[in-house]
Amino acid sequence: MSGIAIRAEGLTKDYRTGFWRRRVRVLHDLSLEVQAGEVFGFLGPNGAGKTTTLKLLTGLIHPTSGSAVVLGKPAGSVGVKARIGFLPENPSFYDYLTGAEFLDYCGALAGLPRTVRRERVRALLERVGLSGQGALQLRKYSKGMLQRIGLAQALINEPEVIFLDEPMSGLDPIGRKEVRDLILRLREQGRTIFFSTHIIPDVEVVCDRVGIILAGRLAAVGRVEELLGSPLEQIEVTASNLPPEAAAALAARGVAPPVRSGDRILVTVKGEEDLGQVLRAILQAGGRVHSVVPHRRTLEEVFLARVREGSR
Amino acid sequence: MRTAAIAFNTFREAIRDRILYSLLVFALAMIGGSLILSMLSVGGEVKIIKDLGLAAIGLVGILIAVFIGVGLVHKEIERRTLYTIITKPIRRSDFILGKFLGLALTLAVNVAIMGAGLLLLASAMEARLAWELLLPVALTFVKLMVVTAIAVLFSTFSTPTLSAIFTLALVVVGSLAEDLKLFAVTFGGPLLQGVVEAVYLILPNLASLDVGGAVAHGRPVPAAVAGLAAAYGLTYMVALLAVAVWVFQYRDFK
Repeated sequence: MSGIAIRAEGLTKDYRTGFWRRRVRVLHDLSLEVQAGEVFGFLGPNGAGKTTTLKLLTGLIHPTSGSAVVLGKPAGSVGVKARIGFLPENPSFYDYLTGAEFLDYCGALAGLPRTVRRERVRALLERVGLSGQGALQLRKYSKGMLQRIGLAQALINEPEVIFLDEPMSGLDPIGRKEVRDLILRLREQGRTIFFSTHIIPDVEVVCDRVGIILAGRLAAVGRVEELLGSPLEQIEVTASNLPPEAAAALAARGVAPPVRSGDRILVTVKGEEDLGQVLRAILQAGGRVHSVVPHRRTLEEVFLARVREGSR
Repeated sequence: MRTAAIAFNTFREAIRDRILYSLLVFALAMIGGSLILSMLSVGGEVKIIKDLGLAAIGLVGILIAVFIGVGLVHKEIERRTLYTIITKPIRRSDFILGKFLGLALTLAVNVAIMGAGLLLLASAMEARLAWELLLPVALTFVKLMVVTAIAVLFSTFSTPTLSAIFTLALVVVGSLAEDLKLFAVTFGGPLLQGVVEAVYLILPNLASLDVGGAVAHGRPVPAAVAGLAAAYGLTYMVALLAVAVWVFQYRDFK
């Protein structure tokens, strides 16, 4: 599969709020393209317009102006919906249904025959780690389980394009890793994934490209490394058991003043080459390495940089 | 097929809700209670059973139609369960029709149970099959379809509380439509008559679907009258659903 999977052109959305139905613009002239087979991360702080964009791309709301095209057809048309999957933010489902009943219902809405549904529901429950819980009513599901069943329903029609709104929210570290693995597996199968998040580590591992949205405006689009900088920009190394002269030599190499705590010393170095030399020096002096932590720019720093660029 | 899936799920939601059973028990208790009342009255016992029983079916049906109907669409938007459904390959009209048909099915099952109870009781009292009850029960069902369509329409853009008030108000006014017209003809000048005439034409004339009293008292209901009333009710229902679909089509799900 090749070509453009998602194309937004000048997407603008106004909501009317309050008693006087005042117009509030929540999305300003957003244009972007996502290639087929790409994993696209949509980054932004809460309230920036991520969910609004996803709702426009899935046809839940109508744009005030501009257009959204998915797989070559207008977003939200029945033909497009047959080929996409969508996981809303903090999903909520019919609590009177069991997990298996709900997935079966979703399969019926996707037009799958009963025999196909039965097999697919079983496979999906297993895939999201809920095999044993299919017969349990959704009202008894935990938040993490609901997120999983939400992912399963988004995959019921084996979609070509998958929209995920904050798919890692509400999950514990193990759950987050599982979702990341699932996204990577879907990418291997050649599917296009568009997902929103406000957490940088989520996008670094899985995304091909990211878009950053800030106060309803697309602030930047590009490859992850371009936007967030190399993850190995600054590295903090913690060591102990070092003779004083070795510790002093180490401190001199750091780009920031060292932090000492008892026997331990923390130095900040820059770049992979420096890191290698520092680690070798510690080991040669008979010291012990406790941790090596890469420091990257935080989303806020990237945002602030973008804002500064924008106002210049 | 997709509309059927939505309808079936709506039906499934209703039958897993306890409120439905309490209303059903209430209706059957009312029909049973009419037996006691009939024993206290002089003559015409079966008449009282039929009259009260048919009224109970209508009342409980309206309660089910209104209280489930007003939440039908609004609750899905409020609880955001709609997001995963409307993004499946269905049209928005499929959703509205499915929801409506699901409640219609729920009502059909309930009216059938209540109707069967009344039919059994009346037939046992008269020692013959009281088949004449079928017509008023059928027309009551048509009336409930109109009420459901009103509730669904309000549910597409208003909160359940407001929708319930609007729907019940329309049901009351609609049930008094004939009296309203009569009132204007008797006491009003030409202007009032014109206004009332217009309102009469727009409001759902639910009174035309009430033939329970006539049947209970043994007055014949001509087939043409019953047929016309049913056709009117179904046309009104279709028009309401068309407006509901139109409203829903342009809605944003924030």
